[in-house]
Amino acid sequence: MKNTISLNMRSYWAGFKAVIVFTVIVIVYTFAMTGIGQLGMPAKANGSMLTNAQGEVVGSSLIGQSFTDENGDALPQYFQSRPSAASDPNKDEDNQGYYAAASSGTNKGHADADLIKNVTELRKAIAKREGVSAKDVPADAVSASSSGLDPEISPAYAAIQVRRVAKERGLSEEQVETLVRKYTTGRGLGFIGEPTVNVVELNLALDELK
Amino acid sequence: MVYLFAIMAFALIAIILAAIYKPLGDYMFNVFTADKDLFFEKWIYKVVGVDSRKGQTWKAYLRGVLGFSLMSVLVLYLLQRVQHWLPFSLGFPNVEGPLAFNTAASFVTNTNWQSYSPDVTLGYTVQFAGLAVQNFVSAAVGIAVAIALVRGFAWRKSETIGNFWVDLTRCTMRILMPISIVMGIILIALGVAQNLAGFVDVNTVAGDTQRIMQGPVASQEVIKELGTNGGGFFNANSSHPYENPNMWTNLIEIVLMLAIPVALTRTFGRMVGDIRQGYALLGAMVILFGVSFLAVVTAESFSDDPITALTGGSMEGKETRFGIVWSGLFGTTSTSTSTGAVNSMHDSYTALGGMMYMLNMMLGEVSPGGVGAGLYGILVMAVVAVFIAGLMVGRTPEYLGKKIGPREMKMASLYFLVMPITVVLGVSLSFALPFARQSIFDTSLNNDGNHGFSEVVYAFTSAANNNGSAFAGLTADTPWLDTALGLAVLIGRFLPIALVLALAGSLAKQDKVPVTAGTMRTDNGLFVVLLVFVIFLISALTFFPTLALGPLAEGLVA
Repeated sequence: MKNTISLNMRSYWAGFKAVIVFTVIVIVYTFAMTGIGQLGMPAKANGSMLTNAQGEVVGSSLIGQSFTDENGDALPQYFQSRPSAASDPNKDEDNQGYYAAASSGTNKGHADADLIKNVTELRKAIAKREGVSAKDVPADAVSASSSGLDPEISPAYAAIQVRRVAKERGLSEEQVETLVRKYTTGRGLGFIGEPTVNVVELNLALDELK
Repeated sequence: MVYLFAIMAFALIAIILAAIYKPLGDYMFNVFTADKDLFFEKWIYKVVGVDSRKGQTWKAYLRGVLGFSLMSVLVLYLLQRVQHWLPFSLGFPNVEGPLAFNTAASFVTNTNWQSYSPDVTLGYTVQFAGLAVQNFVSAAVGIAVAIALVRGFAWRKSETIGNFWVDLTRCTMRILMPISIVMGIILIALGVAQNLAGFVDVNTVAGDTQRIMQGPVASQEVIKELGTNGGGFFNANSSHPYENPNMWTNLIEIVLMLAIPVALTRTFGRMVGDIRQGYALLGAMVILFGVSFLAVVTAESFSDDPITALTGGSMEGKETRFGIVWSGLFGTTSTSTSTGAVNSMHDSYTALGGMMYMLNMMLGEVSPGGVGAGLYGILVMAVVAVFIAGLMVGRTPEYLGKKIGPREMKMASLYFLVMPITVVLGVSLSFALPFARQSIFDTSLNNDGNHGFSEVVYAFTSAANNNGSAFAGLTADTPWLDTALGLAVLIGRFLPIALVLALAGSLAKQDKVPVTAGTMRTDNGLFVVLLVFVIFLISALTFFPTLALGPLAEGLVA
């Protein structure tokens, strides 16, 4: 019995020292990786930040943004992002989403009454806003993303927004479509991932156009 | 059309894994059978104070596992309790006791269940000096135990099953660390963040304000997938664009999760001197994985619940860049291994899609399972399959030349009972104990009815299997769930490990029985089918009533 206990104490002591050793090793690893990232590819390592023509940082090409006014209504001159559940506790209820310090989805199941109501209403509202029939509103337009920070929309959702944005900005639909194509990424090798349009980069480019 | 993309996605992953199967499997074989210690390993053994030349009995090996893991829980708990005073704390306060216990237990057991939301709870130091450390070593513990079991089959008349400290150190330093460095750098190059900036405030394109959390993400992301850990740097885990910015990082992360569990079947085959035995296990894994993946894609594309029907495809809780196919492939990978990382919110899946993820875990995570845990899990199932087949033909069951006697069967049966009992007990108590029920209904549930029940079932299934994914609407940071799930991860990890090591000990003692014409073959298609059947039978019978109350009912009502 005494033997077992002393062996146990020994393995705890060894275990403790091992935890400390591996902790030191992983700290060194983290700082080495950070150093490599900062020296070798600082733009990517620092979060792929975007700057406008004046050189001001206006966000990140990877992190989605809201293009709404303080009441949460769509700003008509911008392509609209997907609904977002990433909400900022310090902003008011109407003006929520794309808070990139609290990433989150809605986590609502498909039988949830509120979700069904919201999706139904949103679908109608978008159809009205874009002047299309409700069945032409794609799934991503009415569904919140997983992170709440999705910077992208489907090409189908971009397509139904072209007419409104062009009209609002006094541009031709072709001009806007050309820009949309520029910020569209296809499937890798024709089948990896899904085709997307980066809304943040697209809207920034629209603003720089004039 | 969606099936075409699904099959091409599956084929691509299969081709990549086939290409790394032999080199990685053989490399790991060399690591665990090499005689020489490297110079820095000698230094580690000296500091820790262990003799790397000495073999350990199964009991000594287990004492090593438990001693190391208990100290890990303690250190990680303390680190969270003092995080406010550590550098890079981002101003977050010290983590509360129950939550710190839950998180420590969960990361040491390779579960990485997250009762906390990282974005609003943890500073960088706890992440990289606490969580990331466990991402490495908890994975190494799992692999070490699996290797010890394989030695039980491979060695004859041996009292020892290897040395825990050597297996732990070599796995961390020679396998996990080099792959993490190389793949981590590639992830940074593809856009995964790696910095020590805190929160960055910007004025957005439309002139609003936005706060963006940064961090040393890539270094943690890579080992999170490679070690099948799954604890996200951010709350949204691998759906957060800084963890998983595009289709290429998504592909790499899926491959990282599968690489070691799959290649370990080769290591196993090499160690027992017959690579075909490894192919048989791999065959069963591939069948279970493939069927499950196609079922998820079908459910997400063609369910007729109100949301899917209304929008024409289930995109709630999915990222545009991944869509249904690549979210489904990631989710199937994550729940079939013990990773539990998510690139889409499983809570918002269709009833039957979400059920497939639960089922992957309920099978005991053997398709292909977590690093190490998957291999020892499926080896126990193979022992059970051999035993059942032996009963049917009236012959003494043998596997890999070792007799499966009463002692071995006791260990195997206890092994596969631990997880279901933990799950069913945890779920029942959550609804039966008045104070637990109260806290579940008042605080925890995010959905009503059957789907709410599924959230609790998913939580305990995930905890007892050391998976860590969630129906994440569930608020698990309550005294009841923090404690109950914390205990479930500890039971679900260490009881099976103790049984596996005991099994390894009793197998290693035996001599090998010679192969005769009467020996049942365990390297052919028939055995693969039998193995799949046994795995499915054991879990389906156990969990059918539970699933009927949750996702099946929800799916049928809709």
